[in-house]
Amino acid sequence: MNRPMERREFLKVSVSGAGLVVAVSFFGGSSIAVSSGVEEKAGNAGKPWVPNAWIRITPDNVVTVLMNKSEMGQGTWTGLAMVVAEELESDWKDIRVEASPVRDEYKDPVFGMQITGGSTGVRHMYDPMRRAGATAREMLIQAAASEWNVPSGECRADKGRVIHEKTGKRLTYGELCVKVSQVSAPQDVPLKPRDKFRLIGKSMPRLDIPDKVEGKGVFGTDIFVPDMLYSAMERPPAYGARLLSFDQQAAEKIAGVQKVVTIPDGVAVVANSIEAAWKGRSALKAVWDAGSLPNFDDAALERILSEHMEKKGIVAKNVGDVEDALKKAVHRMKAVYLIPYVAHAPMEPQNCTADVRKDACEIWCPTQFQTAVLQVAIKETSLPAEKIVIHTTHLGGGFGGRAEVKVVEEAVRISKAVGKPVKHIWSREEDFRNDFYRPGSLHRMEAGLDWEGRLVAWQHKVVVSPIMERILPWMVKDGIEPTAVDGIWDMEYSPPNLSVEYVRLGLPIPVGFWRSVGNSSNPFAVESFVDELAHAAEKDPLEFRLNMLRENPRAAGVLKKVAEAGDWGKPLPAGSGRGIAQRFCFGSFAAQLAEVSVDMQTGVIKIRRMVAAIDPGQVVNPDSVVAQIEGATIMGLSTALKERVSFGKGGVATSNFSDYPILTMAEVPEIEVHIITNNEKMGGVGEPGVPPVVPAVANAVFAATGIRLRSLPLSPNMLKKALANTENSTGA
Amino acid sequence: MVELIINGKNYGVDMDPSANLLWVIREHLKLVGTKYGCGEGVCGACTILLDGEASRSCQLTLGDASGKSITTIEGIPQSHPIKEAWISEQVPQCGYCQPGQIMEAVALLSKNSRPSHDEIVQAMDDILCRCGTYPRILRAIKKAAGTGGSR
Repeated sequence: MNRPMERREFLKVSVSGAGLVVAVSFFGGSSIAVSSGVEEKAGNAGKPWVPNAWIRITPDNVVTVLMNKSEMGQGTWTGLAMVVAEELESDWKDIRVEASPVRDEYKDPVFGMQITGGSTGVRHMYDPMRRAGATAREMLIQAAASEWNVPSGECRADKGRVIHEKTGKRLTYGELCVKVSQVSAPQDVPLKPRDKFRLIGKSMPRLDIPDKVEGKGVFGTDIFVPDMLYSAMERPPAYGARLLSFDQQAAEKIAGVQKVVTIPDGVAVVANSIEAAWKGRSALKAVWDAGSLPNFDDAALERILSEHMEKKGIVAKNVGDVEDALKKAVHRMKAVYLIPYVAHAPMEPQNCTADVRKDACEIWCPTQFQTAVLQVAIKETSLPAEKIVIHTTHLGGGFGGRAEVKVVEEAVRISKAVGKPVKHIWSREEDFRNDFYRPGSLHRMEAGLDWEGRLVAWQHKVVVSPIMERILPWMVKDGIEPTAVDGIWDMEYSPPNLSVEYVRLGLPIPVGFWRSVGNSSNPFAVESFVDELAHAAEKDPLEFRLNMLRENPRAAGVLKKVAEAGDWGKPLPAGSGRGIAQRFCFGSFAAQLAEVSVDMQTGVIKIRRMVAAIDPGQVVNPDSVVAQIEGATIMGLSTALKERVSFGKGGVATSNFSDYPILTMAEVPEIEVHIITNNEKMGGVGEPGVPPVVPAVANAVFAATGIRLRSLPLSPNMLKKALANTENSTGA
Repeated sequence: MVELIINGKNYGVDMDPSANLLWVIREHLKLVGTKYGCGEGVCGACTILLDGEASRSCQLTLGDASGKSITTIEGIPQSHPIKEAWISEQVPQCGYCQPGQIMEAVALLSKNSRPSHDEIVQAMDDILCRCGTYPRILRAIKKAAGTGGSR
């Protein structure tokens, strides 16, 4: 029987200067995210005009904007396309977007690397993209003016056309494609004043959504390359475990298995289907030794954290004299907070397709960190950068986890070993077990209040594993890992006496960037403890915070906003409560108000309502900001109530969503998002919504029950026990 | 040879009937809109319609689907109220789970054209989204059912 797909599906293979370029296209030629460069891909549209690295205009009037930032649902592609279209005076319907190649000119201008992270996509590229659009616009005006032999000052650009008002002449950008190629790029082009913006600041529909709704958005797992095989890796089940034996022949006997290869860190099975590769891996019956920490499990982890708390750390910050201020304080409070390891768990498991040949290497992957992909490819293949072509696909969730390139390293090694392209997809279990987690941490705090209930001293010791030390080591200064102390050493409340000590936890558990990084976990300790202090001072938690934020009107502003919109101070039924928290990070101020109710019998926490506010300064696409804050709120709630990576037998015990549940629709409350805009410098949006979520919930639980939960996830069992104890003591 | 009917078209698949249906659809027939998420029927990214019933294709074999009618995301017309509502409510973020969400929502509306809030939540509760698009999914289904939506 004919496979009808064969007629509609085609694979186009062409050879470019940089190596083999394979464009994969489905469904009658709907173009996909993988790009071969700004100057290529003209297709049937005719010879394109390419004013710079970011823009391609074809005679059919289509304007394609090349994106050096990865699209993982955060809306950066649409935001940056809006910025270009604004200055270029394009018709929005003519705008297309495409992933840029991996080359020097596409590096982030601040980071000097091609990376999507730190909530920087729009704010780092805003100026370059504006200039790119404005330069092209001026060149098009120039080309039209010379065509009509009129002064360019008499021409203007509007909705994809240049217009000469006096004569009523007009030419579309497509029509100007040939003529404009003779115009040289001007310096110092004028940028539009903000009051003339017609796109920036308005909610525009996301350009990537229609394809995603049709199932046509191309993710890493959707890549097909001619002669492609599938691979699966057998890896150490425990940290430091060494391979003792495996049954190569048994694996090779599995139908479809082509080859078994030993590569660093394990054994790879290569087959003509993913099922055969996975079956082959099982058939290896690999035997490993017990590893370097054979008895490591959840209890051991807690013990190790506690032991480290007694060690001397590095002083990351020392303001005033904390010891002295604590001695003089009228009221002293102590608390210990415990935060677990959590996983990224993107819905698309880590994957990479690699085609390593003697003289060239091509890689397709959903990555946040193209520069690291390139570096790993250079290292593994010994090829020069110009022989390596990297295509960024859509990312099925990133959250920082796709800044890691372990899956790329494996795919490149396996393809090199077998001399064929391989599609290397981690199973969900592999994704959970090989993640670079958000590190767990232990916090010990002591604070002092004066006779007026004002915060006068804060002593904070944190035990946590470093992240930057491995990924961006130059960010570690004097041994201080910034992600360990973010949200602590720069807390908004600026206590007059503050000391922050960091104890480095050197466990073999890999840790990495997780949506807002240190800011995603540390504020649970800080903002919960601030709440404890407010209650100790017998002050309203909002007033207590606002009193300390008199010099910080934007932090106070987001708090006031959620308090006002979230009915702060209005009565609630027994067993219900509201909590608030705020954090400034990635250039933006954010606050959350949580309203919860607690079942006093079971301890089950129900989130009734979340009210979020963000002040990111300027906003490009408001609905993308709303969507990001909604998502950040839900991800935060998921860690508040459910998430914790479990360890056992010297390795990771967590395996799949069945033992690592994440928040589902039934648990999601009404979420209200307020955006505060002003003329301040543009801040980030993807991450800042997360940090205040967890403490707002914990503070709401306290308001509802009088019970302070100091470890995550906030557990009904713990709450139930504490509630029972309170009842007993009240009864007695 | 196993006969499959996918989106109204006949396919002859020369594979062992014990082959996993998800991988047959995705990797062999290259209908890649149907996604792999967990492999244990927990996340719902692989949801298809099997004779109209929302089913986790990762939990089925090729043989299970023999002679039955399969609908995937590619077989839902662009003009379907669910797909239109998904765009007007700007539902997807990363988009990876969305085909599964859409298939489950299509199945829900085909059986219950005006589901209540609770009925929607009950039907959709076992399809995971890591980006947190749940509020918009809810709104889009209400909009498609003519019972709500905000834009």
